[in-house]
Order: sequence, then structure tokens, then C-alpha cells
Amino acid sequence: MGSILEMKGITKRFTGVVALKDVNLVVQAGEIHAICGENGAGKSTLMKVLSGVHPHGTYEGEIHFEGRELQFDSIRDSEKQGIIIIHQELALVPLMSIAENIFLGNEEARLGVIDPDATYRRTVELLKKVGLNESPDELITNLGVGKQQLIEIAKALSKKVKLLILDEPTASLNETDSQALLDLLREFKAHGMTMIMISHKLNEIASIADSVTVLRDGSTVQTMDCRDAPVNEDLIIRHMVGREMADRYPHHDPDIGETVFEVKDWTVFHEHHADRKFIKGVSFHVRRGEILGIAGLMGSGRTELAMSLFGRSYGRHITGQVRLRGKEIDVSTVGKAIDLGIAYLTEDRKGYGLVLENEIKHNISLANLSGVSRFGIINEEKEYAVAKDYQKKINIRCPDVFQYVSNLSGGNQQKVVLSKWLFAGPDILILDEPTRGIDVGAKYEIYCLITQLAKEGKCIILISSEMPELLGMTDRLYVMNEGELIAEMNTSDASQENIMRAIVTAGRD
Amino acid sequence: MNSTVNVVAPAAEKLTVPNFMKKNLREYGMLISLAVIMGFFQYMTNGTLMQPLNLTNLLLQNSYIVIMALAMLLVIVAGHIDLSVGSVAGFIGGLAAILMVELRWHYVPATLVCLLAGALIGGIQGYFVAFHRMPSFIVTLGGMLVFRGATLALLNGQSIGPFPPEFQLLSSGFIPDPLGGESVRTTSLLLGGVVAITLFYMSMRERANKLHYGAATEPLGFLIGKNVAFSAAIIYLCYLLSTYKGLPNVLVIMFVLMMIFDFITNRTTIGRRIYALGGNEKAARLSGIKTDRLSFYTFITMGVLAALAGLVFAARLNTATPKGGVGFELDVIAACFIGGASATGGVGRVTGAVIGAFIMGVMNNGMSIVGLGIDYQQVIKGVVLVAAVFVDIYNKNK
Repeated sequence: MGSILEMKGITKRFTGVVALKDVNLVVQAGEIHAICGENGAGKSTLMKVLSGVHPHGTYEGEIHFEGRELQFDSIRDSEKQGIIIIHQELALVPLMSIAENIFLGNEEARLGVIDPDATYRRTVELLKKVGLNESPDELITNLGVGKQQLIEIAKALSKKVKLLILDEPTASLNETDSQALLDLLREFKAHGMTMIMISHKLNEIASIADSVTVLRDGSTVQTMDCRDAPVNEDLIIRHMVGREMADRYPHHDPDIGETVFEVKDWTVFHEHHADRKFIKGVSFHVRRGEILGIAGLMGSGRTELAMSLFGRSYGRHITGQVRLRGKEIDVSTVGKAIDLGIAYLTEDRKGYGLVLENEIKHNISLANLSGVSRFGIINEEKEYAVAKDYQKKINIRCPDVFQYVSNLSGGNQQKVVLSKWLFAGPDILILDEPTRGIDVGAKYEIYCLITQLAKEGKCIILISSEMPELLGMTDRLYVMNEGELIAEMNTSDASQENIMRAIVTAGRD
Repeated sequence: MNSTVNVVAPAAEKLTVPNFMKKNLREYGMLISLAVIMGFFQYMTNGTLMQPLNLTNLLLQNSYIVIMALAMLLVIVAGHIDLSVGSVAGFIGGLAAILMVELRWHYVPATLVCLLAGALIGGIQGYFVAFHRMPSFIVTLGGMLVFRGATLALLNGQSIGPFPPEFQLLSSGFIPDPLGGESVRTTSLLLGGVVAITLFYMSMRERANKLHYGAATEPLGFLIGKNVAFSAAIIYLCYLLSTYKGLPNVLVIMFVLMMIFDFITNRTTIGRRIYALGGNEKAARLSGIKTDRLSFYTFITMGVLAALAGLVFAARLNTATPKGGVGFELDVIAACFIGGASATGGVGRVTGAVIGAFIMGVMNNGMSIVGLGIDYQQVIKGVVLVAAVFVDIYNKNK
């Protein structure tokens, strides 16, 4: 069997950032090829290059498919060649039927008139192929995630597929559904289909993959063949995380005091699926002056934990205790949480953090308007002075604080959100991905600010997907997986390897 | 902080006059458009537009639209819409007629009951929008039908009038003139002068304040020039009105309400929160703002002002008719959008909405005097609405 796909020297730059550096990938015909790497290692970008989401000309390098060099301008081009990608986030329309979804954009139609019989017949065939026993008229919203994932696969099969790309297909599935999906993939392989699968779960990779390519920081580290020898998990983990730890974090002398903030048996159900437990009896504590990290993959429940604690901004049927300096407190609304000295910096600053079409100073005062007003009337001089003060103190680069936030860069926007929360005067700061999408310089400034705050005796809870950041910044950390804190360690004893090991082994038992 | 990167923030841009004009194009553009439109119709009507009698009528005709536009702006900034205001105004007019004409209530308690009824109506609609998250378009579309029907039922399909003379003064009265004057109402003119000087003083003080705390300000020459022109316009208009019967009562009400709403939107925490709610509700919520309650309040305010507008309208016609207030909601909403409010919420100014209302009003009045048919009047108004919003959005995306 020869290679069906060769990607050579792929380099992809986004403004200012190199996402992929000279990546090479060779996939043999008829194999299941796994790609692994940390969040942000470049896996998804590579697949977007391959599928034409990033069109030819926006990257450097060559793509050879079935021996010919191909240049894709759009997803349609790559689909025509038989390269089909199934994204991590399901792209189904909930209130349309299975049949309608499968043929969406690719309808069984003549001159724009849909042929319902052909649609129905082909849907039944496809559903049989993926082993689903549902009526083609069933609405997507009535199906569980596992079945929805199978519909995505059926949709892919409705096109003539030679290379199927699955981006974390089992991320949102439970154990049984995952196994069923993997069995299905094996069956496809028996029929000669080639597949690329992105996954974090080493046990799945070990059970299904024929070869593994590890990406790290936008480069290929190594491709390993697993047909001859079983996968060496240690080696994969080391390859995944093994970057140099440069001096990217400010020096921090922890001065840790008594326990200030404590959470006991915190349980939260999913916002939309009321029967799905999302946070499962989590307990943790933070001490004065401590920087506490929470590690975990995306979707492990870190953000949901933080938001549910912050005025029940996420989830329902929330139970559990929160204590502040030993006394149980009520954090049932955001207002109460803020008054008690809790602040939550969101991971999605544009969606949840900022009023973009509004001035910097208005954004900074928003969570503490009573601090700049009397009897409900805003003292504009004071508001301006406050904003100006933060502009100087944490170096928000802008001509003046009258400027609209939408005109600022990501790093400066993040500093505005930080200013907002600092002005609210919190003792406990929950920082959710505080450096996401921010350039290196601004990152360092934010790190300095975090250590400074800890030194002032505040409690910091740092949620991050970047393990080096957690290792470089925190004093102690928890590892979260599927709504549970599965490990606690002192950062001095922690390493990227043992965090990753905790995550990849957790799903197994 | 020991930061490796230490880029100094760029110094505040120097604000030259053209530079400043460009930045505030939106605000001054509106005023300039109004002036241009007025000039155009002044010319086309051979000076009829600005005749004291016509000017007085123009103000009276548009007062209820302006009054409703003030509250509608809050509703739109909060990210909602209220289609029911025309029907509510008509309904309250009918209620006022029943109370004062049929039941012979004194005008003071009757007015209070009407305003309360407006608050209640706004509250009911706001309750569904704010606490049950129903789209305001649907709730108020329902309200529009309900209160149109209720008006018909209440008045039994008849017009009821006339109102007690004291109540009529709300719309047809003018401020008293104790100072007396031969051909000019001196008090009215004087009041105009006082307002002009006060506004001038306030904008100078604001500038001094800004300078004091180091914020960038508009160039002094520009500010003075602008204020001189503005004051002159106010005094001139007041002079024109004074040569007729003086300042109408309803103009005073309108002006006071405008100042109050301008203050609320610009200077109070409630105003600030409404903008945040419309700009990004999730962020506002996560900043501890009770967004549902805030939406609820805006609808109550809208109800009260719709009721006031209904009273003004009924007093002006001196009867309550089943058709009272038909189509008002469209003029009110158009005024807000012409005045620069964003349909998605979070953006808009009280002064803009008022200017927008007057742009519509001057066009209505001017086109009628010119003798343009009602058919083309509507076409032109529609085109102006779309064009104004287009220019706005085009400038923003540029």
C-alpha cells in the first residue's frame, strides 16, 4: 500500500503568529492515522489547510493526494476530491430532520426541486451503514450527542469519501458511544477507507490507530508506526509536551496564608440537558496569596465550574457549599458574588466580558458603578480618573479612555476586562484563560499583574489550557476531567507529563 | 511592574477643528441635516415654514411624537422595540375622555390615573419581555392589537369631547406673560434667552471640567462658535414664537422631559446600565447588573410617556377618537433610527431621537404646505429613513 496523502512543508501564518512551521504528514492508504498534540499545537489548523478552509495561497507547502498535487480554494474543492472533515463541534441544524441534515447543501434534487423519495431511500441506506436505527424524519434535537456524531458520519458518507478526517470524534461521547464509534471506524477501515483522527485519548489511539503523528507548537515532532510495536504512551506524552521551559514567567515568591475560599461538593447539571450532571461533586480550596491552577482539556468543565460559582451564571440544580473565611456564603446572584469579593474573568472576553461599542472608561466602571456615583448619578470626573489610573497602572495602550473598546487589540481588551474586575475590589479572582489570544508581550504583563495581586494577599484561581502557563505561574494545581477534579498536586511536584497522564488515564477506569 | 515591553501610550491626538468635526460627524451631521431640511422648505414654501403661526403648529403637531421618542430610545437602546405605543396613546386618550367628559372627574386625578394606567400597560408588556424572555416585537405587536381594540370598545366607536378647558391648556395653552408686551411676549423671549445662556454656560463648564481632569476637549473656538450659533438659533426661534402667542406649554414639558432623559442616559447608573444591557447583555449580567429588571423599567417608562403623549394628543384635538394614535409607533420608531439608534441595541442618544423626530416633523409640515400629496409624502419619508440608516451603517463599516 502506498501513501494516499502527503503534506509537505506546510507553513501557515496568522497575523503575527506562526501556527504551523514546516509540517510534514504522510498518510498511507487504508490506515487510521492518529494526530495528537496539546491544545494549540496546530492540529486543527493543519486539518483546515488540508480541507480547504484555509485556501491555497494562504499557506506555504504542497498537498499531494493520490499522487497529484492539489490546490483547494474552498471546502467544496476538497470534498470533490473525496476529503471529508467532521469537525469537533457538530454542525447539525437541530430543528431539521436527519434526512434534511444529511443532505444539507448537497440535496438530492433536480433543478432545485428536492426529491423526497431519493432523499429518504438514501438516508435509510446511510443510517444502516453507521448502524443507526432511527427514522430519517426524526429531528436532530431529539437525538443524543452520540447519535448526532453518527449522523455527522453518515453525512460524510453521503459524499464520495476517500479520506475521512475526524476531529476529536469521541470528545463529547460517553464510554459506550465511544466504543461503538471506534468499532464503526474499524469497519470502515476493513472496507478500505483511509481516516485521520485527532484525539487526546491515548487509550483510544492505542486501540485503533495504525500510525501516530505528534504535533507540538506547530511542528511535526515524529510519526510512529504502531502496527509492529504497541504505542509507547510515555513517548507520545513526552513528545506532546516536551518543549523548553524558557524564562517566560515572572519570579514569584509565594507568601501563602490561611484558607480563604472553600467549595464543597459542588454539583451542577447541564444547562440544557437537565439530566446530565456536568460538575460532579467538586471540592477545593484556595488560600490567601495563593495562585491556584486548574488544568484540564477543553470541555472538562472548568469554565462551567467557575461560572456556576459566580452567581449561578451556568447550569441548573446547583448544590453544594461555598465558604469564605470559614463562613458559608450565598453566591446565588452575580451581584452577591461581587459584593462578597469574588470576580470572574471570562474566557470569552468579546462574548461575555466587554461591551465592545462602548468607551473604555464605561467598561472599567461597569461592575462597580456605585464606586463612581452618588445617589445613582455618575461622577464623570471620578470615572475618568479611575479609568486613567488603570490605563497607567496596567499599561492599556490607547490614546485616551474615551476610545471604544472595539478599537483595541486583544491584549489591551483583556487589560480593560482585568481593570473592570480590579476596580470591583475582589479578594478572590477567578481568571479563565486570561492570556488566550494575546501576544507574548502582553502575556508577560498580565503574568506580572497576577503575581502582584497574589503578593497583595488576594486568592487567584487560574484556569488555563496552556500547561506551561500553569506550571510557570501557580503554586498548587488541580486537574479537572469530565466534571471532576481528578488530581491535586503542588506545582513543584507537577510536570506536564504527570498532568497529561492524569488526564489520559482518567477516562480509562 | 518589571515588564520587558514598555511602550508608552501614544499621546492623545491633538483635536483640531476638522479632526474633531470628523469624529463627531454623527452628532453634528444630524443637526446640520435638520437645518438644511428646514432651509430647503423655508425656501420652497416662500417663508411659510418659519412663520410664527406655522412654527407653533409644527411644535404642537410633533410634541407627542417627541415625547414618545424619548422613552422609545431607552427601549431601543436596551435592545427591544415597542410597537404598541400608538394604540396605547389612543387608548389613554379614550380613557381620559371617559373620566373627564363622561364621569366628570377633575382633570388632575384623571391625568394621574391615565399616567398610572400607562405605567401598568407598560409594566404588563415589560413583564413578558423581561422576565419571560418573549421577543418584544411579538409582545408589543399583540399589545398594539389589544389596545386598538380596547380603544374602540371603550369609546364605543364614537368620538368623545370636548375636554374641560383647563385640560385643553395642556396642548393649546401658552406660558403666561406677566411682563406683558406690545407685539412680543416678553416672558417667552426672556425664557428662551435664559435657556440659551444656561446651555452655553453648562457646555463651557463641562469643558473646563474636562480640562481639569485632563481629558481631551473640543477646540475652544469651535465650542464657542457652536454655542453661539446654537444659542442664536434658540433665541431666534423663541423670538418667532413670541411674536405669535409665546412658548406653548407642551414645548416646556417636552424640553424638561428631554433634559431629564438626556441626564438619565448620560449621567446616571441606570442609563449606563441600559446601554451595557443593549450592547452586550451577557457581559452586563456577569458584571452584576440585573438585566431583566432593567428591561422591565424601560417598558414602564415607555408606558407612562405613551400615556402622556395620548393625553397631549387628545387635548390638542379636544376629543378622543377611536382612530387616535394610529401609526404613531412608526413615526416614533423612525425618529429614533433616523436619530442614530442602533436596531441591535446599545447605541443611540436622546438628542438624536429628538432631532430625528423634528426631521420627520419638518418634512411632514413642509411637504403639506408645498402641496405634495400624502402618497408621495410617505414615499419620501420612507426613503429618508432608509437613507439615514444606510449612511450611518456605511460610515461605521468604512
